[in-house]
Amino acid sequence: MNNADESYSPLNESATRITRRTRAQKIWLGLKKAPLSAWFGLIVIIAYLLVALFAQLLAPYGEAQIFPEPYAQWSAEHIFGTDQIGRDVYTRLIYGAQNTIGIALVTTFLSFLIGGGLALAATITRGWTDQILSRTVDALMAIPSLIFALMLLSMFGSSITSLIIIIAVLDSTRVFRLTRSVAINVVVMDYVEAARLRGEGIGWIMRKEILPNIMPPLVAEFGLRFCFVFLTVAALSFLGVGIQPPAADWGSMVRENASLIQFARYDIKAAITPLLPAAAIALLTVAVNFVVDWFLHKTSGLRDEF
Amino acid sequence: MSSDTAKKGDILLEMRDVRIDGFSDERWHEIVKGVNLTLRRGEVMGLIGESGAGKSTLGLAAMGYARPGCKITGGSIMFDGMDLVATREAEKRKLWGTRIAYVAQSAAAAFNPAHRLIDQTVEATVRAQLRSDKEARSDARVLYKDLQLPNPDTIGDRYPHQVSGGQLQRVMTAMAMSPRPDLIIFDEPTTALDVTTQVEVLAAMREIVETFHVAAIYITHDLAVVAQMADFIKVLRFGEEVEQADTRTMLEAPKMPYTKSLWSVRELEKPEDKGKDIIMEIKGVDAAYGDLKVLDNVNIKIPRGRTVAVVGESGSGKSTTARVMTGLLPPLKGEVLFNGEPLPGALKERSRDQLHRIQMIYQMADTAMNPRQTVEEIIGRPLEFYLGLKGRERENRVIELLKMIELDESFMDRLPSELSGGQKQRICIARALAADPDIIICDEITSALDQIVQEDILKLLLRLQRDLGITYMFITHDIATVKAISDEIVVMFQGKVVEQGLKSEILSPPHPDYTELLLSSVPEMDPDWLTHLLEERQKTEGQTAAE
Repeated sequence: MNNADESYSPLNESATRITRRTRAQKIWLGLKKAPLSAWFGLIVIIAYLLVALFAQLLAPYGEAQIFPEPYAQWSAEHIFGTDQIGRDVYTRLIYGAQNTIGIALVTTFLSFLIGGGLALAATITRGWTDQILSRTVDALMAIPSLIFALMLLSMFGSSITSLIIIIAVLDSTRVFRLTRSVAINVVVMDYVEAARLRGEGIGWIMRKEILPNIMPPLVAEFGLRFCFVFLTVAALSFLGVGIQPPAADWGSMVRENASLIQFARYDIKAAITPLLPAAAIALLTVAVNFVVDWFLHKTSGLRDEF
Repeated sequence: MSSDTAKKGDILLEMRDVRIDGFSDERWHEIVKGVNLTLRRGEVMGLIGESGAGKSTLGLAAMGYARPGCKITGGSIMFDGMDLVATREAEKRKLWGTRIAYVAQSAAAAFNPAHRLIDQTVEATVRAQLRSDKEARSDARVLYKDLQLPNPDTIGDRYPHQVSGGQLQRVMTAMAMSPRPDLIIFDEPTTALDVTTQVEVLAAMREIVETFHVAAIYITHDLAVVAQMADFIKVLRFGEEVEQADTRTMLEAPKMPYTKSLWSVRELEKPEDKGKDIIMEIKGVDAAYGDLKVLDNVNIKIPRGRTVAVVGESGSGKSTTARVMTGLLPPLKGEVLFNGEPLPGALKERSRDQLHRIQMIYQMADTAMNPRQTVEEIIGRPLEFYLGLKGRERENRVIELLKMIELDESFMDRLPSELSGGQKQRICIARALAADPDIIICDEITSALDQIVQEDILKLLLRLQRDLGITYMFITHDIATVKAISDEIVVMFQGKVVEQGLKSEILSPPHPDYTELLLSSVPEMDPDWLTHLLEERQKTEGQTAAE
């Protein structure tokens, strides 16, 4: 077809074809190029998820099972000793993964559903809807969120449901802002106008025309939001208004055993005990951030190398 | 900074067997495949070809530069005795902007919005210490005057956003001329301009190139433009030279079939036909964006099964008229009649039955298709939405439509990024056809395409009109396109309809002033066209001044 005297036909106009790959192949190709930090992050996240999913199988004892000796030392029987009322710390660490990660995941999903959905609706309709929603979000964001959460929790009580809803609503303001700012660049495209001209409803435009084109930043934001939600849950639990006993939770475990730290000069292992849940929180946060960094780098197109 | 010994006619640039690779889809491809080129002082070479032919890449290579993602892999580029392929970057940097200058397509994107024009004009000259700051500035004002910019003494104190696109393009030419380079590369400098502005910029550029005896490479895909500028023309295709000849020979007797096919594009002409009844009528419409009034008492009648071309420069309200017709912008006053019945002004109030009858095709096919949807989804959606076709039925109809636009079912699972410019526009046409429309509004749909592809798209539209009896409203600023496709013409200027009538009536004199200006500004495939036009305009100006 590179022949100058061949007649013109639209069929053989040159255009670059992208090799068709299944989703699994694409993911594997991406992973092969991923840096070490991303691999580390992924492995840690998978390990956490496995622990959370199979907590019942992995834990040697029951979540709220109480043993006669409180503050027991590390031993073969109790790997990380027992806490202030004699519950096995190792067991509670494992159950803590299930509770904390589970609640954080549900909350993050919910905040994306609320924030993302409203933001898309606002960008498509513009006008008054957009103004009202955006200004409400501004107002909510003006209040420090931890204090606001504390206030709302004391009003509605610290049940798991209200915990999830309150954090999700407060966090959805951040999601709203991000989604709105990326969607506003897509909504002005001719293909969105074409869909409007066709008479498509707002739901179709949101799901089919805009959402697929703004996924990369949203996925990255999901990772980061998950970390923040996770830290908020832990912080609220540490303050005593989060996940309530006897359910195990890393935040409250830090608080309950915090006094052990002062015994560092007598028994270093005992002093480490309250730091274990804190370390679990830190490790997961770092791991998620590694993965998000890699993902953002990959999708932002900011690559110098060819 | 041409050396004193340099004479007109000395060889300035000689490229031998230049090869350039580009990186895409994770591989290196050869995009310029061994091109030779010789340019003497004082000569202007026209470089033409469709997009992807490698003309810009070759133009940049004349500076010894390869843009990111490209690399020069072979051949030699001798510029005034220096081989640019072997020269180090730092050495080449001394040439760029002083001895070799580059005028880019989009002047608006090439200027720094935060600095005054004159500071940017003299920057390279002063930095290279060719002249003192003061001298360079007074020289820049002389250049502005030569380029016929208004208020040449003060225009340099403005910022880029304070002057028009055509003026900006001329300031950029002044910037390129300021260090008195030996070679200027013009990369589609007038493509983004209106025809009426284009004439002024072309005249100014030609003048300055002649006055200072610089050599120039003029890259474009518009043959009529290159005919005004170049001494000789080189045609490129797929990174290879097709043929080269001096401008007159090339225009009168092109040798290669490919070149001939490029030339034939402008000869397409449709016999006009008045049509019987009116399918759509715009009656006394006023429209505004916020407080800015853009349409003022617009009346247009569109006959059934015919094509109405709407012409005018940018900002004349052509696209706004289309937005009113589709319901995207409800009119302040007046109404839109469809088959004699008034249509609701707002999109939301129109029924599906009304919506599918009026379809729209956009100028930029790139942004008119969702990059995440396959061709099947793009064409299939209106079928499902309006006609309720599902599954096999829908698939068969998509294949039928693909055949109608001269593509086939192998395109079903392609994404828009895997289509060429012409194919993309074809898919957009198929999407409009899928809705089973009575009228299609085409908003500059061929202006972003290469000429040869343009011709093919126009032929396709004509065939579809013959077969299906579709009415077109064709918005354009290109008179060749108008001749090729329209039955009637509407001329718009500053939100008003200047005139509407049959093609033959509008295109033959006498014209209202604005139509005259618009028609006379369209470049013709005659190397003397610009010269004659300028002489004539001077004459009439002289006359009016005398009166």
